[in-house]
Amino acid sequence: MFYREAGQFKTSYQSDQAVFPIFQDRVFIALWLLLAFVAVPLLANEYLFRAIFIPVIIMALAAIGLNLLVGYCGQVSLGTGAFMAVGAYAAYNFMIRADLNPLICFLLGGLSATCVGVLFGIPSLRIKGFYLAVATLALQFFTDWTFSRIDWFTNYTPSGSIAVQPVEVFGFAFDSPLKKYFLCLFVLVIFTVIAKNIVRGRIGRSWMATRDMDVAAEIIGIRPIYAKLSAFAVSSFYIGVAGALWAYIHLGSWEPLAFDINVSFSVLFMVIIGGLGSIVGGMLGAAFITLLPLLLNQLPVWLGFSMSTAMVSHLEFMIFGALIIFFLAVEPLGLARLWQLAKEKLRLWPFPH
Amino acid sequence: MGFFVEVLISGLMAGVLYSLVALGFVLIFKASGVFNFAQGAMVLFAALTFVRLLDILKDTFAPIMLSLLITIVAMVLLAMAVERMVLRPLVNQPGISLFMATLGIAYFLDGFGQTIWGSDIYTLDIGIPKESIFILESVFEGGVLVASEDLIATVVAGLLVVTLAIFFQKTRIGRALRAVADDHQAAQSIGIPLNYIWVIVWTVAGLVALVAGVIWGSKLGVQFSLSLIALKALPVLILGGFESVLGAVIGGLIIGAGEKLSEIYLGPYVGGGIEYWFAYMLALGFLMFRPQGLFGEVHIDRV
Amino acid sequence: MKHSLLFKAGILSLMLFIYGCGQDSSTSSTESAGESNTAASSTSGEPVAIDENSHFVPVLSYRTGPYAPNGIGVANGFVDYLKVINARDGGINGVKIAFEECETGYSTARSIECYERLKTKGPTGATVFNPMSTGATFAITEKAPVDKVPLITMGYGRSESRNGSVFPWNFPIYGTYWTAADVLVNHVADINGGLDKLKDKKIVLVYHDSPFGKEPIPLLEKRAEMHGFNLIKIPVTHPGVEQKSAWITVRKEQPDYVFLWGWGVMNSTAIKEAAGVRYPREQMYGIWWAGSEPDVRPAGDAAKGYQAVSMISSGKTRVHDDIMSYLYDKGNGTGEVEYVGQVLYNVGMLNAALVVEAIRTAQGKYGDKPMTGEQVRWGIENLNITQEDIDALGLTGYMYPVQLACSDHEGKQAARLHRWNGNTWEYSTDWIQADNTLLDPMVQTQADAYAAEKGLQTQACES
Repeated sequence: MFYREAGQFKTSYQSDQAVFPIFQDRVFIALWLLLAFVAVPLLANEYLFRAIFIPVIIMALAAIGLNLLVGYCGQVSLGTGAFMAVGAYAAYNFMIRADLNPLICFLLGGLSATCVGVLFGIPSLRIKGFYLAVATLALQFFTDWTFSRIDWFTNYTPSGSIAVQPVEVFGFAFDSPLKKYFLCLFVLVIFTVIAKNIVRGRIGRSWMATRDMDVAAEIIGIRPIYAKLSAFAVSSFYIGVAGALWAYIHLGSWEPLAFDINVSFSVLFMVIIGGLGSIVGGMLGAAFITLLPLLLNQLPVWLGFSMSTAMVSHLEFMIFGALIIFFLAVEPLGLARLWQLAKEKLRLWPFPH
Repeated sequence: MGFFVEVLISGLMAGVLYSLVALGFVLIFKASGVFNFAQGAMVLFAALTFVRLLDILKDTFAPIMLSLLITIVAMVLLAMAVERMVLRPLVNQPGISLFMATLGIAYFLDGFGQTIWGSDIYTLDIGIPKESIFILESVFEGGVLVASEDLIATVVAGLLVVTLAIFFQKTRIGRALRAVADDHQAAQSIGIPLNYIWVIVWTVAGLVALVAGVIWGSKLGVQFSLSLIALKALPVLILGGFESVLGAVIGGLIIGAGEKLSEIYLGPYVGGGIEYWFAYMLALGFLMFRPQGLFGEVHIDRV
Repeated sequence: MKHSLLFKAGILSLMLFIYGCGQDSSTSSTESAGESNTAASSTSGEPVAIDENSHFVPVLSYRTGPYAPNGIGVANGFVDYLKVINARDGGINGVKIAFEECETGYSTARSIECYERLKTKGPTGATVFNPMSTGATFAITEKAPVDKVPLITMGYGRSESRNGSVFPWNFPIYGTYWTAADVLVNHVADINGGLDKLKDKKIVLVYHDSPFGKEPIPLLEKRAEMHGFNLIKIPVTHPGVEQKSAWITVRKEQPDYVFLWGWGVMNSTAIKEAAGVRYPREQMYGIWWAGSEPDVRPAGDAAKGYQAVSMISSGKTRVHDDIMSYLYDKGNGTGEVEYVGQVLYNVGMLNAALVVEAIRTAQGKYGDKPMTGEQVRWGIENLNITQEDIDALGLTGYMYPVQLACSDHEGKQAARLHRWNGNTWEYSTDWIQADNTLLDPMVQTQADAYAAEKGLQTQACES
């Protein structure tokens, strides 16, 4: 009823190839943007910004990046934490050694992650599936070690942990939570638009062909070396930028442990719970995985139970685990699929068929 | 030279300990194609259950036997629950979904185990001798130092592998397992009950986890970090191949020896602490030549 | 269908049965010290509502995860002390202490979330944070000046943060890692009859490969250079369950001393491995985070004779009696009663006592009402605890006179060693003073470097 594309004729190639060919989708996206750019800044308090919105946005960026690799190109990676670390440390080093504009440093951090990503993407040409997933752990542990052992990366601080400089662009300091929020949001929006267009284009289609069956893709003329390595490159660029933001905007100070294997796992969680091969899935997944533990943690307080924090935390683990299994059983295609189903329901509503 | 041998032997023994954990992964992957990330959590859960029951039952006539028995029952129940609540609803899902589901199991078990049994560190002492002994004193000056608990672990691992091999080769259930591993549908069509087989496989993996948990637990004390040992078993797994019991053992030996030798002889030049990633790099290097691991099955893709 | 329901019910009931066993064990068995914390550790027995007339003290704790065995004791001691102040004294000068625990699992990201959630609670916001982890300290150090909340990092955190002009909000009271390392060097020098006798000695540092473990390295390197001893550094990767190669190296090198800078399961494993390679435990010295019951108990007899630097040792005094009579006898204790008087319990208690005294000092200036973070900061910086105060608090022997100043946020550059005799920790040395003529310039250099990199405006200390 509300979501009907009948009557919306596509009279030009341009309109046929639009990102959102349906009017209602455009309205919906506009509403979302309005919410993110106007409503949230007006309504949210500092806690919401710092502990929820900013981490969710940055993680969404990382999840979109990983989704390009896992969801679109079919290469499972457990090295997300490593790419984020590369982005963060590279941004830090560009900042203190070259004294560049922080935004440029973030992008350079992403580019450094790209280089590492391409290098560690090479094994994907021979290794497949879970073998590849475990092999990417090599990168994870290698970066953990590199950044804690080679003092140059941490500018010879005695403890090997880094405290960042204030982020200042052309004399404008991103110091308040609101400004930080806008910075992250802008980055996310721009990167999302780019990602959406990449996956609609030739490269994206070659990724998907490789994912669905790499031998077949090769036969129809897609060079796996280009498809796979470009997926690694783009994905690690996104993740690297997310890592730099995570370090500079969210943490402010970090040690190698901040980008350990748990980060890799949680981003992978986001991608799969959100929906493989879906841009919006990455965002939904990031929100879900970041918020769920916090909600579970706060639930007893809201309900008025008196419970030890240890108990709450154990329950949080159990419910989190159970929910993941539940979600996979009920909707293996992720939250993004639920969203699609909702749209299909809306199309027919209020009629059952 | 004596020192080299000492490093080598301690590496091989560490490798055997990794194999113990890796074996559980292999069993499940072999029979159900699931990359079971919850194996580490199962090790922790089994060890926690065992050590806490030992404490509760310490006044009974045979505390070790009784706790062992109850723990085994718990692992069987766990296997049934996993089959019922995870594998069955997720049947025919892609591997990655099942992998994620096992991560969910891991979270659940970590929380569940600690809720019931607590998250403190518990000392597990079932009489494994802790002294180290010197061997080969006639060959090398000063002899070679070997921890006796490592020796026992090696013997246990050896027995376990032999038992598993016999189980797989000689018993009816073992043959059914192998049939399922080869082809689910074909196995089902000749009347092998898939669900039943899964329960058995997860039970066996649970028992392997119990053995690994008891040995690691008496080494380290039983606490949360036990579940992280799975990360040390992964390079063993990809090196040996996901489907091979023998591969898990040989992979363990190579990884164990490789990481200790690299740490001792290469480590000092680069600041040390390299064994963690070196194991993975070693495995990765092997994979470049044999992408399916040393003893893994070659999959031929057909278009 | 019926069958499946029965089956599920069966599984459920058996799980419940096992659960019941677990519950039993945590209440009935009293012998083992490492106890389950699940059943009895309800939140405060008589929780103080966060209202207009209460101080709010946030509690970051980790009762789960790889470091839980250590975190539980600290958290219990901390919370029990706050509770007993409320129950026994009716709060601080009549103002009750409200507190809330937030579980971090020793993860920096979770710690930040807890910090953000709790910093504005209470009538005046959080009074003071105790991050309880080096990683979280580093991250919160960046945020605290903006939010104007002071940090007490008792025995951890940045060593250079004792410099109050660069770090006005950080208070590493009772010891930094540099102090601890210097105390150890001085101790082994004493054994050998002077610092000059350390020449050509061999010391191995086995450390947790994290900022925490790396903190002592600059000081030890400097000392090695000054006195000509040989320092070998062996990192152990988190969580430290596999250390064979480290200890084979120790066996090969046969050092005169081993310093153990470990945390969590790494410590007991290290002691066991040391026994495995027959390295004498009498020549092993740990940091204070490697000197508590969970670090030695799992190693059994192997740990006998092992020593560690100590901020505070195990044992009980008057305040413990109060804790027993006001809390545990009424069923209001935070955890299992076995924890009371353990090393880490006492560490948590001492930490809470510092918080309470800081608030009391602040009240002396600003009046008997809930304090803001800024006021408490003044209170900490002007903290002056005398022996009479300590006796009055019932903490004799479990707190030491300390006076802070802007130039010295640490207050005391000395520590004792204690030794594990197989059953308890007991002090094995008298106070050993760290050398301030060495530490001061190092702190200054490092603090200046931090200020320069961050572009901070530092205020010189008055006086």
